[in-house]
Amino acid sequence: MDHLDGNVLAGPSTDLFAFEATTTQCQCQSCADIAMLGQAMVYGQPMGFVARCRNCDNVLIVIVERAGQKSLNMRGLRWLRVADQATNDRI
Amino acid sequence: MAVFGGHRRDDNPALPPGQYLTESFPVLSSGPTPSIDMEDWEFFIHTEAGQTHRWTWDQFIALPSQDISVDIHCVTSWSKLGTGWRGVSLDTLFAEVETGFDFVMAHSYGGYTTNLPLGELLNGRAWIAYEYDGDELDAEHGGPARLLVPHLYFWKSAKWVRGLVMQSEDNPGFWEENGYNLHGDPWREERYA
Amino acid sequence: MTSRAIGWRTGSLERAHPLTASARSITFTVSSWPGNDAGQHVDVRLTAPDGYQAVRSYSIASTGAGEEIELAIDRLPDGEVSPFLVDDLELGDTVELRGPLGGWFVWRPEQTQPVQLIAGGSGVVPLIAMTRAHASAGSSVPMQLLYSLRTPDDAFFRDELSQPSATARTTWHYTRAVPSGWSRSAGRLTAEDLKRETLPPEHVPLTYICGRTGFVETVSRALISLGHVPDNIRTERFGGT
Ligand SMILES: Cc1cc2nc3c(=O)[nH]c(=O)nc-3n(C[C@H](O)[C@H](O)[C@H](O)COP(=O)(O)OP(=O)(O)OC[C@H]3O[C@@H](n4cnc5c(N)ncnc54)[C@H](O)[C@@H]3O)c2cc1C
Ligand SMILES: [Zn+2]
Repeated sequence: MDHLDGNVLAGPSTDLFAFEATTTQCQCQSCADIAMLGQAMVYGQPMGFVARCRNCDNVLIVIVERAGQKSLNMRGLRWLRVADQATNDRI
Repeated sequence: MAVFGGHRRDDNPALPPGQYLTESFPVLSSGPTPSIDMEDWEFFIHTEAGQTHRWTWDQFIALPSQDISVDIHCVTSWSKLGTGWRGVSLDTLFAEVETGFDFVMAHSYGGYTTNLPLGELLNGRAWIAYEYDGDELDAEHGGPARLLVPHLYFWKSAKWVRGLVMQSEDNPGFWEENGYNLHGDPWREERYA
Repeated sequence: MTSRAIGWRTGSLERAHPLTASARSITFTVSSWPGNDAGQHVDVRLTAPDGYQAVRSYSIASTGAGEEIELAIDRLPDGEVSPFLVDDLELGDTVELRGPLGGWFVWRPEQTQPVQLIAGGSGVVPLIAMTRAHASAGSSVPMQLLYSLRTPDDAFFRDELSQPSATARTTWHYTRAVPSGWSRSAGRLTAEDLKRETLPPEHVPLTYICGRTGFVETVSRALISLGHVPDNIRTERFGGT
């Protein structure tokens, strides 16, 4: 299956973060591009969610979901910037 | 009430546990299909002594090759029986390689990695395949050449393979680092870590 | 509107009707559903008797408060989940739902930028939610839809989109077969078509594109070539090629 938009991470990331991940700004470790996670390109389904930088394809986040367990890898991110809930919901 | 069955998981003895049979060839990629210039293509094996054995495309396809007919099993539960490939046995590629290390990290164009025990790549069990079903291997299925290790889940058969680096320990590759099994034997259902 | 405690909820099939020969609208009652913004989606999880599970994402066609959500599913011939939802699921049957999900591919009535919606096939689902939210909020922001279809029979929600009272105008485009008397011939959506049928870059529209991955890629590339800036383009790829 071809790649999807970062929006699709909203489901698998729900119980990983206390904030809406797809409207969180993040910086790519590799090329310094700053974007919402919802703007990333997501590969790897249905083995897992491999979110790559829209600009340089660097792997930003990997989530693997399976019954009873989730694995999260965020090595490709320099930072995440989380707005307060009210603002974050209104981007 | 409608009962969801999903893809039918059969009792066909050729199918490992939890697998279903497919006639199609689903594509799963952890990243975009790399564009590879055949002029620059290479396959290498790098050892702990710092030696790198390299083959250009012309050198590689001049090596003795084999027709291979095998069943393949994806960890996402599909299996495909009797797939036909052409490729070079890793026994041929390792003939001149001296190493004391027991493990291998396969590296692909595009950055993908997967780890394997060297013992499972030898003795007629693994190939670098460059034809599928009589035609050159499509890029979406890993062409120009992919690793083919059919006795393990198919994520181990790295698409767009570029080289093997010997390692002293079984360090995890891309999916293995993210929760998948280090070994990946479908008959023992080694899906996850 | 999104609250953080999102786990799996149970949805019970309340109503269903065919949209096309291959698609069906299915409306679930979900108790304590918090409501949703236009453009959000849910994950649907189905479990077989032997414990095997399949999860797929579906956009929500309905918006706002209330305990009902409408999904619209197109059947893929060899699909695992969509044929079940289109052909098999019966009234009163339940599925597990996780949502509402996502905050980026969303339109909210307080937004002020003109809006261009571009749908390919079933990609109209989150966009009809936006036209519904636009109408029910009485928004005065310009909003219009370009809807690309293989044939006239493939339209979802044609009557609703064609109503004279619709606050968002719909332009139809056909890639395989056109209605009789149609002035244009069938063909892929080109940059020329987009230039003629969508809000120009000078109006600085916010554009939402949704459909199969290949469709979204082609359209977003064409819009950038017409001078739209990437940050004013939001995309929802449904998968496929
Ligand atoms: C955020 C999001 C929202 C979505 N909303 C909707 C929606 O509102 N309505 C809807 O009908 N679908 C929607 N989809 C697509 C949906 O999630 C499924 O991918 C689709 O229903 C196919 O599932 P399946 O199990 O039937 O097919 P699978 O068994 O998963 O796939 C069968 C075959 O079809 C191919 N395929 C997968 N997806 C597509 C596709 N979208 N188009 C063409 N070929 C495909 C696969 O590569 C495979 O070869 C959405 C997807 C995303 C990511
Ligand atoms: Zn980057």
